[in-house]
Amino acid sequence: MGSEPRRPPPAREPGAVEVATLAAPAPAGPSPTRGRPELAARLRDYGRRYPTAVAGAIILVALALVALVAPLIAPDPVRLNPINRLRPPSGDFWFGADFLGRDVYARTIYGTRISLTVGLAVAAVSVAGGLAIGLLAGYVRWVDTVVMRVMDGVMAIPGVLLAIALISLTGAGVGNVIIAITVPEIPRVVRLVRSVVLTIREQPYVEAAVAGGTRLPKILWMHILPNTVAPLIVQATYVCASAIVIEAILSFLGAGTPPEIPSWGNIMAEGRVYVQVAPWMIFFPGVFLAVAVLAVNILGDGLRDSLDPRIARRM
Amino acid sequence: MRFLSGPRVYAYIVHRILATIPVMGVVGVAVFMLLHLTPGDPAAVIAGDYARPEDIARIRHQLGLDRPVHIQFFTWVGSILSGDLGVSIFSDLPVAHLIGQRLEPTFALAAATLVFSVVIAVPMGVLAAWKAGTWTDRIIMIFAVLGFSVPVFVIAYALMWVFSLKLGWFPVQGYKSISDGLGPFLHSIALPTVALGVIYVALMARITRASMLETLQEDYIRTARAKGVDNRSVLIRHALRNASVPIVTIIGIGIALLIGGVVVTESVFNIPGLGRLTIDAVLRRDYPVIQGVILVFSAAYVIVNLLIDLSYTVLDPRIRY
Repeated sequence: MGSEPRRPPPAREPGAVEVATLAAPAPAGPSPTRGRPELAARLRDYGRRYPTAVAGAIILVALALVALVAPLIAPDPVRLNPINRLRPPSGDFWFGADFLGRDVYARTIYGTRISLTVGLAVAAVSVAGGLAIGLLAGYVRWVDTVVMRVMDGVMAIPGVLLAIALISLTGAGVGNVIIAITVPEIPRVVRLVRSVVLTIREQPYVEAAVAGGTRLPKILWMHILPNTVAPLIVQATYVCASAIVIEAILSFLGAGTPPEIPSWGNIMAEGRVYVQVAPWMIFFPGVFLAVAVLAVNILGDGLRDSLDPRIARRM
Repeated sequence: MRFLSGPRVYAYIVHRILATIPVMGVVGVAVFMLLHLTPGDPAAVIAGDYARPEDIARIRHQLGLDRPVHIQFFTWVGSILSGDLGVSIFSDLPVAHLIGQRLEPTFALAAATLVFSVVIAVPMGVLAAWKAGTWTDRIIMIFAVLGFSVPVFVIAYALMWVFSLKLGWFPVQGYKSISDGLGPFLHSIALPTVALGVIYVALMARITRASMLETLQEDYIRTARAKGVDNRSVLIRHALRNASVPIVTIIGIGIALLIGGVVVTESVFNIPGLGRLTIDAVLRRDYPVIQGVILVFSAAYVIVNLLIDLSYTVLDPRIRY
């Protein structure tokens, strides 16, 4: 172990540091007077270079706040009041009322919780699962052959259909929705991680570590894993965006979040019959859904550009 | 366009065709497992909450669930290979027959969307690359990001509200078969095609632009320009031809997106295709139908990607096998 060579800095580390500061700007460190201006300057600089990433991040933080303080800013989303049924948007009902007289504004605000929860959970679980499988597949040859054939097969099944089928088996529920969306997403992460591992394992410093007798777990942890972080962060945003859309699709089709829970897809599904008389039931959750997905996508594009300047020049 | 020939290319083609077998094998196992991964007794799940014990027993026997799993699997594979996808629990009709009935609208919608997307997206991407850095480029790219983010059913309802409910230009819902005449067919399928196509257009325009930008920096483009070849020829004959491989690849990747979108679009516009069949089957827990539809869609995905890989032998003679 002692003969392990000095580890060269991973090529993408500067970008990763920028992301880390963007993602967690709160802790100011032990010496706030010296830390803050520098952090602010770096954030400003990042914002100038990658305005879309910052815009996406700001929208997402705003949506997360809305989800957190939903009970403070919106009335009860499930309170029925038939006298108000199908009321158009007004001062009392900002987004109108649905066919049971429930406040569409309150339901849309509460729907933010479901979408963000599902988006983040699917991104986290599929990245964790995909990372573990991908590292193993990239490093152990016999595992690779088996795993990649399985992944090719799973990828051949359209994700929405697989998720629908899984939900129909397990029954509706937020947890089941998360699992059903994660299963089709994992192969994409596995492929990405595996391709990074296959490139990095040929690098001279990894070969030197192997020659020096470093054990496999340490090689994976110290040399391979850090190189997967940057592409995984970018991939996680795309998985998150895709998960938010698929959750809405599943709920909209009646095979997702249980109908009593206000999610954007559910509100829109309830509005289908009333599209002619109460289009606001579809319009407002639709706009929230589109804005959330847009925010995640432009955050992902910005992160990709900042983490991989080579692609940035082309796209 | 010259076709490549020679033993290496044929070997590649055979190899690529054979490679679809393990993929479809995994798909088959996954689809078979779907039913057996059900928590509890799948027969009871299918029969629903109001089933009597004899109903459950009948379904169990009908699906062959009372036999050992490996026997079930090989019987199932055998019948699928002979074209028998089982019998619908709900309607008692053969699944293959149900799928056959619903194939046309889905195929028509998918094909129309593909044509629409290529016709719109490729010129958009070429234009954006040609005018890179200008406002034209920026507007096209903003559209591409927006189009990729707005979910298909949101676009579908927006289009339906404006063009059907307010302007009355298109029918709100429904589908006219191509056998009813080309006019009514196109009229009924126009809005679903545009709704489903937006995401595809966005994706393809982005890839076309990126691919064109890269190609336009090649030496042979500069040579062509230096020779005095006019802009249009440079763009189309020299650059687009060489930029076509990533564009074709993205069509293949997008097929999965398209299939997911078809299910939703058919549901919004009430088109009696495979997507509607799937949703109805899921709501009725009609597993043989769900399994059959997933198999058919997956096979479509595998075949399209096979054709795309094979098309590289024509599109890009530089690729070595």
